[in-house]
Amino acid sequence: MADDKDVLRDVWFGRIPTCFTLYQDEITEREAEPFYLLLPRVSYLTLVTDKVKKHFLKVMKAEDVEEMWFDFEGTPLKWHYPIGLLFDLHASNTALPWSITVHFKNFPERDLLHCPSNSVIEAHFMSSIKEADALKHKSQVINDMQKKDHKQLWMGLQNDKFDQFWAMNRKLMEYPTEEGGFRYIPFRIYLTMSDRPFIQKLFRPISSDGYTHTLGDLLKEVYPMAISSDDESKRYQVVIHGIEPLLETPLQWLSEHLSHPDNFLHISVIPAPSD
Amino acid sequence: MPVSLLWAVDVYGRVYSLSTRGQQWEQCRDAVLEFKRVTAVQQCCWGIACDHHIYLNVHSSDVPIRYQEETFENQRWNPLDNFSDRLLPSDRWQWSNITGLEHQPLDSFFLPSSNWEWEGDWYIDENFGGEPTEKEGWTYAIDFPATYTKDKKWNSCVRRRRWIRYRRYKATDTWAKIPSEGHSGPLPDPFNDISCGGWEISEEPRGRLSLWAVSLQGKVWFREGIHHHSPEGDGWEEVSLPGEVVQISCGPGDLVWAVLWEGQLIVREGITRDCPRGSSWVVVDSPNPEAGAIHVAVGDNVVWAVTKDNKVWYRRGINSYNPRGSGWIGMIGEMVMINVGLNDQVWGISCEDRAVYFRQGVTSSELSGKAWKAVNVPRDGDIRSHSSASSSSLHSAGCFFSGEVRAQSVMSEDSDTKNGPQRAVLEEASLREADAKSPPLTHLAVGPAGVRGDAADTCSLSSVATYTLCQEEPYGADEHPLWAWVSGGGCGVDCHSQLNWFNSATALSSSVQSMSLSISPAQTAAWRKQIFEQLSERSKREMDNFKHYEQAIEQSVWVKKGTMQWWRDWKPHKWVDVRFALEQFSGPEGNQDGILFLYYNFNEEKKYLHAFINEVTILVPVLNDSKHTFAIYTAERTKQRWPIRLAAATELEMHDWLALLSVSCCDSRGIQGPPSKQALWSVTCKGDVFVCEPSPSLETCPYPTPCDQMFWHQVGGHLRLVESNSLGVVWGVGYDHTVWVYTGGYGGGFLQGLARSTDNIYTQTDVKCVYIYENQRWNPVTGYTNRGLPTDRYMWSDATGLQECTKANTKPPSPHWTWVADWAIDYGISGGTDREGWQYAADFPTSYHGHKTLKDFVRRRRWARKCKLTTTGPWQEVPPIPLSDVTIIPCGAQSIVEPIPLWAISNKGDVLCRLGVTLLTPAGTSWLHVGTDQPFKSISIGGASQVWAIARDGSAFYRGSVTAQSPSGDCWYHIPSPVRQKLQQVSVGRTSVYTVDQHGNLWFRQGLTPSCPQGSSWEHISNNVRKVSVGPLDQVWIIADKVQGSHSLSCGTVCHRLGVQPMEPKGQSWDYGIGPTHVTGSRHT
Repeated sequence: MADDKDVLRDVWFGRIPTCFTLYQDEITEREAEPFYLLLPRVSYLTLVTDKVKKHFLKVMKAEDVEEMWFDFEGTPLKWHYPIGLLFDLHASNTALPWSITVHFKNFPERDLLHCPSNSVIEAHFMSSIKEADALKHKSQVINDMQKKDHKQLWMGLQNDKFDQFWAMNRKLMEYPTEEGGFRYIPFRIYLTMSDRPFIQKLFRPISSDGYTHTLGDLLKEVYPMAISSDDESKRYQVVIHGIEPLLETPLQWLSEHLSHPDNFLHISVIPAPSD
Repeated sequence: MPVSLLWAVDVYGRVYSLSTRGQQWEQCRDAVLEFKRVTAVQQCCWGIACDHHIYLNVHSSDVPIRYQEETFENQRWNPLDNFSDRLLPSDRWQWSNITGLEHQPLDSFFLPSSNWEWEGDWYIDENFGGEPTEKEGWTYAIDFPATYTKDKKWNSCVRRRRWIRYRRYKATDTWAKIPSEGHSGPLPDPFNDISCGGWEISEEPRGRLSLWAVSLQGKVWFREGIHHHSPEGDGWEEVSLPGEVVQISCGPGDLVWAVLWEGQLIVREGITRDCPRGSSWVVVDSPNPEAGAIHVAVGDNVVWAVTKDNKVWYRRGINSYNPRGSGWIGMIGEMVMINVGLNDQVWGISCEDRAVYFRQGVTSSELSGKAWKAVNVPRDGDIRSHSSASSSSLHSAGCFFSGEVRAQSVMSEDSDTKNGPQRAVLEEASLREADAKSPPLTHLAVGPAGVRGDAADTCSLSSVATYTLCQEEPYGADEHPLWAWVSGGGCGVDCHSQLNWFNSATALSSSVQSMSLSISPAQTAAWRKQIFEQLSERSKREMDNFKHYEQAIEQSVWVKKGTMQWWRDWKPHKWVDVRFALEQFSGPEGNQDGILFLYYNFNEEKKYLHAFINEVTILVPVLNDSKHTFAIYTAERTKQRWPIRLAAATELEMHDWLALLSVSCCDSRGIQGPPSKQALWSVTCKGDVFVCEPSPSLETCPYPTPCDQMFWHQVGGHLRLVESNSLGVVWGVGYDHTVWVYTGGYGGGFLQGLARSTDNIYTQTDVKCVYIYENQRWNPVTGYTNRGLPTDRYMWSDATGLQECTKANTKPPSPHWTWVADWAIDYGISGGTDREGWQYAADFPTSYHGHKTLKDFVRRRRWARKCKLTTTGPWQEVPPIPLSDVTIIPCGAQSIVEPIPLWAISNKGDVLCRLGVTLLTPAGTSWLHVGTDQPFKSISIGGASQVWAIARDGSAFYRGSVTAQSPSGDCWYHIPSPVRQKLQQVSVGRTSVYTVDQHGNLWFRQGLTPSCPQGSSWEHISNNVRKVSVGPLDQVWIIADKVQGSHSLSCGTVCHRLGVQPMEPKGQSWDYGIGPTHVTGSRHT
């Protein structure tokens, strides 16, 4: 691999092998087989689990079925986080396939949002893109797009059409050459051990004196704990799309290449495995 | 952007230059003298030193400045001595010039100055009109002057031969003193100001320059005879004046302004190609009646001035018809002086802090720019000069600058001054007053008016500006350089240039950028490598063992629709509105594929046309001055020579479609990323660059892939010719002769997003000329007028005369091009012109000649207008020598550091051999000049390092003994051209050599063997050939004209020679490929 375009493809076509098992307390007519699926890292759980639902409904009575939700080792999985993020955050260092438990009852109202239809996902996805563009270009690019262009972004994600999506998304990734980057980098930093869902701040890719900000600079500013000093052993892993980029990676490059389709850079800070 | 230099002189008289890539001022070390002023152009820099002499610093180049001296030896036959130097009394000299009118023995030739040296001794020229003469170079005739032939006949009574000797300018990269002599002895008074320019007045190859100088007494002098072969010029000519001048400025073109002592300005008028000195002066009032002008600076189309109160003024309404302009506009900022450089960019030295300022935002539409920005970079010698300053401060303790400035005098080398050994100080305008406590001080400058007074008293007033700053100041004085003069005449920046001059924070960390282009540092950065590695690890970890899992999302069809105009297939052909759709779906192996639909109405009936994406062979943008059009070819349509021609409503829409279609086509054929090393490269006549990935079956026998099925896709950039080899080294030459090397990236231009890489894409510009013709017919009453016969062509037309082309209605070739100059007469047209650019003929259309004869009833002249394209592509410039042809060895080097032979011809006709070209450094390091007796035009190197070249006179040459040890070979062997044909272009394969002559005939060289690499004779292969390219396996590709299509004959078709076999190197027949896209050659590998 020698080219940045390959990074985009690798990011887009990242898949997590997953084993869906029905929660033991669910009432079934006969025993439910686990269901195996390759989940796109950049998509959303509820968008890609129609097959899972169909599979389990075959063994269940209609009256026992409410809204489907998922947990991993007891943690309810938020569908509005990209799948790759959920995996990195909760299951990075566990064995594959990722074992997800499927529920059809006792929806955890406090932890999860309802997802009655794909249009809810679309609305969430589009609002993320708009928020990201507000940070990157004062919303100028997204507002210049037509309705059909917005649709193209969504359809690209929904149907896993890399070219279709990027034909439009590249416009969101452009910036004036003389500025050297976006206005602000749309990012979110997630911490497993914190009560806050995530950290989000205004952060520029280039400092006022022309210095290129790196991932390390961002963490120093936003969450210095994540950086271990030289003399201590690594306490945290900083994970994006299942990899740990070096701290000197330019933030602008990360934003252009390792952002999710919602145009945010989702960064997980997780405790380093203590082996 | 090539590296170029901004020159400046500080108040100590030290000369510095700042590179457009650099981040610090580099001191010009070999300047032994202090300098007062410098004026730079791209190839050299002139300066006035403190001894008041003028010095010239010619920048060294890989191509030396050489001048060919020639003389003729004449002999007459007599029965006694046979041919001897005993001539008749009525005959010419025994040694003469070509006309025979001047006596020129060999020992009458001298070097013009000590800055020249002889390259070798005199030798006989054995080349006669493109053919070798043998027989010691003698050519024979019946009598002088007559037509000479190379063969002796029974009636040959006289003979002559040509002797040549080269001299070379040796004083490069050093300050060479120019003797200050006018045509009538030494000049009476020393120079005070100097300005160089005028290179745009005549055509480039001659390289003429105008140099204007002002003496201390206010006289103006013009330096005669400066051109490429004579960088020093001949001598000074005084220019008469309406007053006394203080300062003068000369632009690249015909703009020359000067400032008078009284504060008015004068403008030179009547500057033309034939009269670069101009004819008269016109006075223009100072912008401010109270404060006269003290300084003026002119560019192509701008004039800036500074008045005595240091206010800066911009002159409105300057153009080539009105060099006087129309009015002054006051600008913000107080400056000591202003200088206008290339592209009308402006520099100034601020009155307040003596820093060099750059005018930001100067564009051709906004010539006055936006704001001043300080050039804020350190000097290379800051530490060194610090110490020297402190040592000199021992002598001048108690001297202060800024308000309490003291000046310290310095010793001068010039001892003939009346002021004794202590020299005075002169610096315009900056120092209102200076405190004269410093004992050795004799003169002080108090602005120009003050100097004027001094000058009157002491005629030979010397004027070295030398201030020393006191070290007692809290901050080291050298923290802040104080500048006296700046010259940007050689500094090629424009408003798009990325300069590192304004940000000193990073200045010292990266001072010099390496010229090697192969791998950019960003590409190899550890963080990037880490991401690449981790991503592939991740894929392995998360996906490799789970491929049998079901995918969560099933693939489906995706459609993009739009409206377009279509050049319909049936007559009458015209643009009709159509709906256009691309349906994309995943193919059986997961690859993308698609179908194009074009829905149209025919007789009220809805119909459609379709094309499979995987059958599209090329997508070409087509030049059209009003519509945004492109053409889609498939194999079938290539055979018919009738593509699908489409026009989009806007440029953006066309680019969107082209980018999308291009990606789809590449996807459907599994092409991703940069072109492979074996790729075939070509450029269209429009300048677009295309590559084709060769399939293994391309050369299979007996059924190679037909040309019309080859798939070409575009990469960014704009080139006139491209050359590649099988190692992936690719060079291109633009229409403006700029040289570009392929960077390994892909994309650029309209290709965005996925179809391009993010690295290795750079801005690329190209300049070409649009030509129109002014036609006139003679009538007995009024002579030549623009009133033609009713049957005549348009009086303003294109070359064919069929299309009306006036100055006003002629547009640039496409909306991407913008005009960058005004219409100008083109004197460089073949056939020659008279002084006004006219060419004469008996009638339209015939052949034209450059002088009027009695039989001529019509005349025409060509007007040219430059236009410029700015685009992006995977190309980086190889400065500084412009080229007209380039060739790379088709195969060879296997290791990445092994040198790859690359030869080229400069646009002046010099043959060059590039050193240091390797896989790692495809741009190479430097040029090695290979001497020739005449300019060359085409060159080609074959698989076994055979170098063949074509001279401008149409003869062929073979270069002997080219090896890895001696990359430039040892001598040229003259190969006679086919009878009565002037050769045009040559291409060499592994063993075979093909040439094309001026009439489009393709010739094959017979009898080439290792022992006789020159071969024996030419064999005719084909006609209607425009260009030939022979591959490393002796594959032959041509660009042919007049290939039969379904609708018409087409021009510029790529054809492949079939049946080329080791035993049959000539092949059998042609296979006709793409066209009429006008593909011009590439070296197939």
